[in-house]
Amino acid sequence: MSGDGLRHATEGRIDRGTVLRFRFDGTAYSGHPGDTLASALLANGVRRIGTSVRLGRPRGVMSAGSEEPTGVVQLEAPFPDPMRPATMVELHDGLVASSLSGRGRLADRPDPARYDAVHAHCDMLVVGAGPAGLAAASLAVRSGARVILADERPEVGGASPDTEGDDWFDRAGARVLTRTTVFGYYDDNYLVAVERRTDHLGAAAPGNLARERIWRIRAGQVVLATGAHERPIAFAGNDLPGVMLADSARTYLHRYGVLVGRRAVVFTINDSGYRVVADLAAAGVEIAALVDPREATGGTVGGQVGGRYGGHVVVAAHGDDAHGHDVLSTVDIEPVGGGPTVRVDADALLVSGGWSPVLHLYSQSGGRLRYDEVVGAFLPDGCRQAVTVAGAARGLTSTTACLVDGVDAARQALTALGITPVDWSPPSVGAGAEGPPPATAAPGGVPDLRFVPAEDYSTHFVDFQRDVTVADVLRATGAGLRSVEHVKRYTTAGTAHDQGKTSGLLTSAVVGQALDAGIAELGHTTFRPPYTPVSFAALAGRDRGQLYDPVRVTAIHDWHVRHGARFEDVGQWRRSWYYPAEGEGLAEAVRRECVAARTGVAFMDASTLGKIEVQGPDAGRFLDRLYTNVMSTLAVGAIRYGVMCGLDGMVFDDGTVARLAPDRFLLTTTTGNAGPVLDWMEEWLQTEWPDLAAWCTSVTDQWATVAVVGPRSRDVLARLAPGLAVDAATFPFMTWRDTVVAGLPARVCRISFSGELAYEVNVAWWHGLALWEAVYEAGAPYGITPYGTETMHVLRAEKGYPIVGQDTDGTVTPQDLGMAWVVSKKKADFIGKRSFARSDTARPDRKHLVGLLPEDPTLLLPEGVHVVDPACLAGGRLPEPPVPMLGHVTSSYRSAALDRTFALALVAGGRDRIGDRLYAPLDDGRLVPVTVAGPVLYDPEGARRDG
Amino acid sequence: MLLIRCPWCGPRDETEFHYGGAAHVAYPSDPAALSDEEWGRYLFVRENLKGPFAERWCHTAGCRRWFNAVRDTLTNEILRVYRIGEPA
Ligand SMILES: [Zn+2]
Repeated sequence: MSGDGLRHATEGRIDRGTVLRFRFDGTAYSGHPGDTLASALLANGVRRIGTSVRLGRPRGVMSAGSEEPTGVVQLEAPFPDPMRPATMVELHDGLVASSLSGRGRLADRPDPARYDAVHAHCDMLVVGAGPAGLAAASLAVRSGARVILADERPEVGGASPDTEGDDWFDRAGARVLTRTTVFGYYDDNYLVAVERRTDHLGAAAPGNLARERIWRIRAGQVVLATGAHERPIAFAGNDLPGVMLADSARTYLHRYGVLVGRRAVVFTINDSGYRVVADLAAAGVEIAALVDPREATGGTVGGQVGGRYGGHVVVAAHGDDAHGHDVLSTVDIEPVGGGPTVRVDADALLVSGGWSPVLHLYSQSGGRLRYDEVVGAFLPDGCRQAVTVAGAARGLTSTTACLVDGVDAARQALTALGITPVDWSPPSVGAGAEGPPPATAAPGGVPDLRFVPAEDYSTHFVDFQRDVTVADVLRATGAGLRSVEHVKRYTTAGTAHDQGKTSGLLTSAVVGQALDAGIAELGHTTFRPPYTPVSFAALAGRDRGQLYDPVRVTAIHDWHVRHGARFEDVGQWRRSWYYPAEGEGLAEAVRRECVAARTGVAFMDASTLGKIEVQGPDAGRFLDRLYTNVMSTLAVGAIRYGVMCGLDGMVFDDGTVARLAPDRFLLTTTTGNAGPVLDWMEEWLQTEWPDLAAWCTSVTDQWATVAVVGPRSRDVLARLAPGLAVDAATFPFMTWRDTVVAGLPARVCRISFSGELAYEVNVAWWHGLALWEAVYEAGAPYGITPYGTETMHVLRAEKGYPIVGQDTDGTVTPQDLGMAWVVSKKKADFIGKRSFARSDTARPDRKHLVGLLPEDPTLLLPEGVHVVDPACLAGGRLPEPPVPMLGHVTSSYRSAALDRTFALALVAGGRDRIGDRLYAPLDDGRLVPVTVAGPVLYDPEGARRDG
Repeated sequence: MLLIRCPWCGPRDETEFHYGGAAHVAYPSDPAALSDEEWGRYLFVRENLKGPFAERWCHTAGCRRWFNAVRDTLTNEILRVYRIGEPA
């Protein structure tokens, strides 16, 4: 269709003096500021703007708002954006868009835009800036409340073109968020909105502005003035471009100055269609027919109408050969109940199936809905949250009624807030202003018409975006589905991008008719956030890239980076994994680091170790209850290894405890477990043992720790701490000393996680790098070698020291680990004690931590691989599944000290299998033999710890 | 997102809190005196009520204090909060 004459000379709120250029499907068009892409396309005579997803049918624009089911386009420039309703895309110069076949395309390049978030609080949040919302916000502002008013459109005034002048609304008094969709309503009046700040500016958008902002709003009271959506009616071909929701034609006329056609048929089941006839006729559109299934279409219609069809329905919309079959050309009209067909030429068919109050947010808030037979729609029916629904959202239709209702809603909400409402009402109320007649359906006893009866329902569309027809819904009920929720899943009606805003009630009505049940008893499908689609980029905001998850680094981190360390993430920490020399890979570097630690001296950054200080007269008693062994007997100056279990007796964490003073202890925890351990301690202190005088604090970030490990570590320490007696007799294993190391106040602990002579030197965090560099320098004559977590793992595994979370998984007791010695027999009780006597924890065939030696000393078992008993093999192969497994490999390494590979594994009854041959099935199908060993494979006598 | 009234800090967003399960499940005074079944019941069995439910919360990202709350599990409404040691 040619666009000539489709732009009205005076109507609309567009700036005719400015021309905007845009392209759609490769063709250049023009429009004006104030246009949407939809209004500009309609003004240019473009009817077909897409193809349906499943059936490939032509689709056009059906509405003028965010409920749009069909006019969905792909934006190409300024930046690709899929599935945008053309009705909500504000036109700007240089816009490039293209049609879609139901599916959009994401951008193939990084999004340069910024996204942000705002947290806001207010006394009253008003959603929707139509007559009711404006009136509510206005009264609240005048009464002194803090008000946020949000609306998805570019300007306040609402969807209806009937809104009177609103100069009585004081914008400055409220925080007015236009282009802002409130899309989620959560507990305790927490609402989330997205504000689109730059899209309407196109390429002219300033780079410093975030493209979208997520608003997280906590409101004392909420007024929902969210309006109503007009509903379509299902008849043959009701999806043809040219068929539109009737009142949208008025919006296109009054807001954009666009005539949606030159010759229109209006098909309505309620009185609101009559104002469409009046306004379009006045604007010069020829009204070819007015079709109303109600018998009495009497009364005056403000305009010339070609034919008045009371007691009739539209049965079909068609294209024709002359105009093409992808746009409307003719409309077939029949009497209700059947009869002769009248065919009328038309290029627009404007349909009103009644109005559905927009109650998505209300329903999300927990509000109940009830079906109202008079209004023919669901209405709000009570909510626990502090929310009031006003205006068209609760079924009102005239502007005056909505204004009055908005004031009433605000008065109610203000009173609940304890704010005295001032005496005020909008000036246009009571001045004789009468809105359009009420849009109640079927006053004459004619049943609600949702779909027009036919033999063939295959083009009676219910959900236009999902291509769901009346026939599809009937197929669902025919298959035995009774619930609208099930029908929704079966047909996918209501699951598209538009979430069934226009189709929901229609689906329920078809189900109701098929099952001879009322809509009231069928109910509605659940409304879930978001109300309209929200981009992941907006939700992510700034929490992306480096800000997605904060990384913790130690005071020595920059040195590790400078010296070429490879890193691994351990909990939130980034730790040195290994330090490859020129040409080395992981295996070579770790072998070199291990050899240095076992034969010379090596050092590692152990600052990430969790550290908790416990103070108070009852600190010792407290630790006795937490750890499986006794801590209260520890002498000041001494250190003890300890294990904490859960109430179920399973290992939760391990570490060392140093007694600093009679009432002060310093605990270490596993790197990744420092937070949970502190939480656990505080929980017990506060909830079960508030009588204990003990207090905990995290000191992880207060102490930098350097572990100096190996037979020459004593020499290095002696050089750095001339005041410290370092000989084994004066400074024995598992003790600590406060001293000065490299001129820094330090606490030195004789602890070893490798079996070698070792010292952990602790200094204030900000001295960490100085200490590290001093150790490096003092160790240089001995060839001191930095090592990372991988070498640490190998060294501890050679000694059979388990790592909680790697060799344990929450089902492993200390006894399973072979550490019965750490479980006190003397203490009356401690956390987990009772569980050790449970029949399951006491059984002898539990999985034990053992060593595994592959018979091929070069074969590295994959961690996680299962081990099986040779007795279950048949002819050297695995039996049919399920294969009984004895356990699995938890740690597996190459050992320089052992000159072979080895593993740790949890194996059923493992300690009774030492020396046995088991098999490990590998991914490649091989079954490899392994020999069970004790977990301590290196220096089982512990001869090396004193150097 | 719930708005939870910490008895020490006042109303704060739910994300500042850590949930701690049913309240008033006291640690047995003498675990050794319990049968395996009784101990197992203490360890593993909790009510899953519809309606008002006394539960524990910790204001982890705030004052780090544990407290009790009665929440209606049907509506998610927190009916009252009270400090540890205060009567239910
Ligand atoms: Zn608090």
